[in-house]
Amino acid sequence: MSPAPTLAVVGAGPAGLSAALAAALRGVRVTLLDSAAQAGGQFYRQPAEALGARHPKALHHQWRTWERLRDGLAQQVSAGRVQHMTERHVWFVERVGEVPEGRDPGNPDGRGPGGSDRRHFAVHALPGPEQEDSVAVYADAVVLATGGYEKVLPFPGWTLPGVLTAGGAQAMLKGGLVLPGRTAVVAGAGPLLMPVAVGLAAAGAEVAALVEAAGPSHFAGRSAALAAHPDKLAEGVGYLAQLLRHRVPLAARHTVVEAHGKDSVEAVTIAALDPAGRVRPGTERRIACDTLAVGHGMLPHTDLAEGLGCRVDGVNVAVDAEQRTDVPGVWAAGETIGIGGAALSLAEGHIAGRSAAARLRGAAPDPRTWAAAAKSRTRARKFAAALAAVYVPPAHWAEQLRDDTLVCRCEEVPASAVREAVEELGATDARSVKLLTRAGMGWCQGRMCSAAVAGLAGCEERSARRPFARPVPLGVLARATDEQAPEGGPADDEQNPS
Amino acid sequence: MSKRTPLNLAGARPGPPHTVTFDGREIPALPGQTVAAALWTAGVVSWRTTRHRGEPRGVFCGIGVCFDCLVEVNGRINQRACLVPAAPGDEIRTQDGDGHGVDGPGERR
Repeated sequence: MSPAPTLAVVGAGPAGLSAALAAALRGVRVTLLDSAAQAGGQFYRQPAEALGARHPKALHHQWRTWERLRDGLAQQVSAGRVQHMTERHVWFVERVGEVPEGRDPGNPDGRGPGGSDRRHFAVHALPGPEQEDSVAVYADAVVLATGGYEKVLPFPGWTLPGVLTAGGAQAMLKGGLVLPGRTAVVAGAGPLLMPVAVGLAAAGAEVAALVEAAGPSHFAGRSAALAAHPDKLAEGVGYLAQLLRHRVPLAARHTVVEAHGKDSVEAVTIAALDPAGRVRPGTERRIACDTLAVGHGMLPHTDLAEGLGCRVDGVNVAVDAEQRTDVPGVWAAGETIGIGGAALSLAEGHIAGRSAAARLRGAAPDPRTWAAAAKSRTRARKFAAALAAVYVPPAHWAEQLRDDTLVCRCEEVPASAVREAVEELGATDARSVKLLTRAGMGWCQGRMCSAAVAGLAGCEERSARRPFARPVPLGVLARATDEQAPEGGPADDEQNPS
Repeated sequence: MSKRTPLNLAGARPGPPHTVTFDGREIPALPGQTVAAALWTAGVVSWRTTRHRGEPRGVFCGIGVCFDCLVEVNGRINQRACLVPAAPGDEIRTQDGDGHGVDGPGERR
């Protein structure tokens, strides 16, 4: 009997969990790698275990779905079908012609059951929290479910301590049970802002305002598309009711024009937006606060896919109806292929896991077997498209930038330098701006400033093509791949000797 | 009804707090909390100054992506405060600039 095929799933959020469970239930041995100490991803981020939270549900929405995923994972782990490797910061995934000797004893010739091609992949990860050494997990196929991160467009004062991403405020609340301050303003654009405002208020913060760039007319224009999703509308109405209950004032069609403070944020100035997305002069008002939680949407993590050579459309990893990328043996699901929320991620992950399970056994899958997931994927994508059209950052956000407003937080590149690169030196894309100004060259590798730089350069937002998904110690790179310790992955039971 | 706090909301029953230091000052931290969470609880929102402008920074993305919350822990620089758990007795220090200082990490004060 041939050994079970092996699948590495990168990311233990809704998409990755869904894929891991779907594949494990169909005879695949799965290694699930994630950077966090517990499964859940950003959406279902859990309080640290030592905090002894008896009602983590109070911090979450769609808890029953989480229970199903959590219990399913526990079952598969105890059955030995899924190995869940926590605190593994995956920095690179590569195709390897053959697995180094002794690391895949069950499959020495690299051919899979039934003579199907087994494509071997090495998943390289830095074990946390130190992230100083690298370990490798080998598998026949890979599902990339790396999720996304928040996009923030700059404004004067956005680098002050106390100004943080809306998702960051939520992550610190869910994971560490802490608040950034006493009085918060939640601002930007997007469906994340309401749950963040409600979450902060429920946890005891005074939310002085929810400042949303979208206005009623945006929703009215999309009412037909949105009305097709009564469950989602009910969710939105529920958030509005909670905002009322916590007495959170909603400033629709408004934007933050500046955060004020010396050593940390002390107040923000907000203003109304006109139909064109410009600040209406004379509408500015100041709100005292010690926290500004701000976000303008999400961006996918695509670095691992790009390292493998997968095609990327704009900022999203491209996949077919089975969630396959154009690189054989590599599937992708969830926010990494386009921002769409947890329900969409679950459906995509499920399809990816089933497709991978079938193809790893050399069989073409029958899409009819996942018709329900495909239907919910279609619905969720339509809803996500409608939301994306509603929640648009103010069109003329760049007009608020002063010459000395930083665009790149890491390299401290001000707006004046980016404007000079664009207007005087002729840069028309983010890469030229980077070479001329260093914007995007620092620790975060442009993740925090790429949207702003693209906006200022007047070019399309595109993925940045980073060689590695995380900063990697030079010592790790200096060692050859075959010297890297294999780690208890499905293709190998040896433990990392170091 | 008890005061509305994140810990009460989640019904948390953490173990007894331990002690870490921030720039030499003792602060309490709950088991399981990250360095950033412990600092926030102590009312500290910035623990790094930037290389060029010397501006204060703290948590920005909160999920390990932006590297704004870099801090020195037990003499190791460039630790992401939002990811690294606070362990009993940790010596946490403000990271100035690139953290290498004049005399190396941990040797400046």
